Amino acid sequence: MSNKVLHVLYNDDDVLMDAVKKTRAAHHHIEEIYTPFPVHGLDKAMGLEPTRIAITSFLYGLVGLSVAVTMMRFIMIIDWPQDIGGKPSFSYIQNMPAFVPVMFEMTVFFAAHLMVITFYMRSKLWPFKKAENPDVRTTDDHFLMEIAAHGDVDQLVSFFENTGAVEIKVIEKH
Amino acid sequence: MYTFSSRLKTFAVILMVLGILGIGYSFFTAPKTIEDVEKILKEQEDHHGGHGAASHHPDATAATTQEVHAPEANQKNATDHVIHDNQDHAENIEKHTTGSVDEPVTHNADTTQNMAADQDVHDNVAHTEMGQNHAADAHGHDAHAGETAEEHAAHAHEGHDAHADHAAHQKHLEHVLHQLQNKPWAAVYVACIFFMLISLGVLAFYAIQYAAQAGWSPMLFRVMEGITAYLLPGSIIFFVLLLCACFHIGHNGLFVWMDKDVVAHDHLIQGKSGYLNIPFFLIRAVIFLAGWNLYRFLSRRNSIANDDANDDSLYKKTFKMSAAFLVFFIVTESIMSWDWIMSVDPHWYSTLFGWYVFASFFVSGITTIAMITIYLKSKGYLEYVNTSHLHDLAKFMFGISIFWTYLWFSQFMLMWYANIPEEVTYFVTRIEKYNLPFFGMLAMNFVFPVLILLNTDFKRLTWIVVMAGIVILCGHYIDFFNMIMPATVGDQWFIGAGEIGAILFFLGLFIFVVFTALTKAPLMLKRNPYLEESKHFHY
Repeated sequence: MSNKVLHVLYNDDDVLMDAVKKTRAAHHHIEEIYTPFPVHGLDKAMGLEPTRIAITSFLYGLVGLSVAVTMMRFIMIIDWPQDIGGKPSFSYIQNMPAFVPVMFEMTVFFAAHLMVITFYMRSKLWPFKKAENPDVRTTDDHFLMEIAAHGDVDQLVSFFENTGAVEIKVIEKH
Repeated sequence: MYTFSSRLKTFAVILMVLGILGIGYSFFTAPKTIEDVEKILKEQEDHHGGHGAASHHPDATAATTQEVHAPEANQKNATDHVIHDNQDHAENIEKHTTGSVDEPVTHNADTTQNMAADQDVHDNVAHTEMGQNHAADAHGHDAHAGETAEEHAAHAHEGHDAHADHAAHQKHLEHVLHQLQNKPWAAVYVACIFFMLISLGVLAFYAIQYAAQAGWSPMLFRVMEGITAYLLPGSIIFFVLLLCACFHIGHNGLFVWMDKDVVAHDHLIQGKSGYLNIPFFLIRAVIFLAGWNLYRFLSRRNSIANDDANDDSLYKKTFKMSAAFLVFFIVTESIMSWDWIMSVDPHWYSTLFGWYVFASFFVSGITTIAMITIYLKSKGYLEYVNTSHLHDLAKFMFGISIFWTYLWFSQFMLMWYANIPEEVTYFVTRIEKYNLPFFGMLAMNFVFPVLILLNTDFKRLTWIVVMAGIVILCGHYIDFFNMIMPATVGDQWFIGAGEIGAILFFLGLFIFVVFTALTKAPLMLKRNPYLEESKHFHY
């Protein structure tokens, strides 16, 4: 069964924001919006959930800290507690100031890299991924809103003509 | 216009009265003579059953030592002792050799040194563990050359045997007397410099906001100007305290390098006397305080005059003045921290100390802005201040807290790692004698704010910011306490009537002055190029 969608193009982000608000008010479902640059406040206007990536980053940081502590405690204190230049290797806490730089860097390393990888995975981004661009102009100077078209398509088109669209296309999507 | 609520005014007055009572009590109960000290030490001895007795009986010392250390005789603590014994031992040898070569030093040159009694305890441990090597090592640092290492070691050991001597006991009592007489002064000094520097921190923040042409903060300029109003009375009181220290009014011995007897026997301080001398010290203090107050006076005057101006020339003037002030500020701030804080430990030095002190009072200043803004907002005075302004202040509190920790750790870790005797004493004293305040402030100034202010939503909740703010301010008071107290009162520290009284007095005065200043001008600027942006600021 084929599915119709509307591709509504705008050439100004303010017009786009207005259109998004009107579309939401008229209860039309926005499938996706393609923009050449981040439009401030667009996610709020669309009613998207806030991202949880900062929370994952915090947890990854804790993982990094644990890795650093466990590693250095095993190597420096448990496995081979040498006297290196008079540093007290009797317990972890006694020699801890010397480990702090590593603990800090590992925390940042894990928090940053794992968060980025999480971002790539959640956004489905990787090398050789096929670009999902409905219209090449959206990477340059146009904004595209994709609307699921149910019922009366003509009425829908005329609704979007009133929102300041510069172009409206009806597309068959499989 | 803001009106100073009568309840807040009464509250401030009550704080001041309670504070004066506390300060007066601590001055009144400070010991006047050596006999008083002896009595106090007897009492302490009865309570703790420890150190006082040790200085009388060398044999008992060894016994006590073993008793004290026996339960901790595991590997971990053994190293602790090795580290600090090493330290104490070297110091003690220096002291004893000094005593035997020259006439007896009455007031110990290095006030960060532990009580003689404590040294006895540790020295005995050091003897069994270390033997003569350290006596010989210490010779390298000893200013009294001319004798061989062996002779020195011998001297040092004789010195230890002579601990039972009455003279040594008297010396110890005198040392404790000086510490106890310093205690009320140090309590007032810490609270005074803390509140004055909060005000200075706000002034620096204000100048930065001007010079950076910040778009969010003009809404808060009047609040900041209100807080910096405390700078003038604060610095006058502070300068009076410095004068009391310079002229030894009322047994004020906060700065040991001001004591001529001490300097006469202390080669290290003699070497620094080109910089650390009273006239130059006071001239510097006058220049710094005058410079800061001048900027505060001129920027406030311009700010009020700008309300009725027709063009932005006054704004531009303040902009240029702020940039110039920031240059002046960072130089004077650094020197100020050497003069007023680092020089209580005249044997010790640290290169990043100025930055460290700056971070401490800068974050306190920003926290104060946030808390007073929240208070005024809750009373309905700041119409255009929204949660985004609060969010920005909370971000600054969070960021500068981490910056403070970074500097604290950089200073601590470099000295801990290298463990050079002449600089590591600073931290040995603090870890030994001020363990809870020293590490407690790290929890209050770093761990707590980081965990609580990490969350974006939390930074917009007033009660979270107020709670974090109270912890940060208390933490930074303890930070200043840790900087001043070990050098001036040593292990006789206690947060009692004098300390709390001083905090209450200066807090009351601070509230009184700041909120009086807030009534003097409308809480919102009338004209500023960034005013509209600030009104509509949202993040």
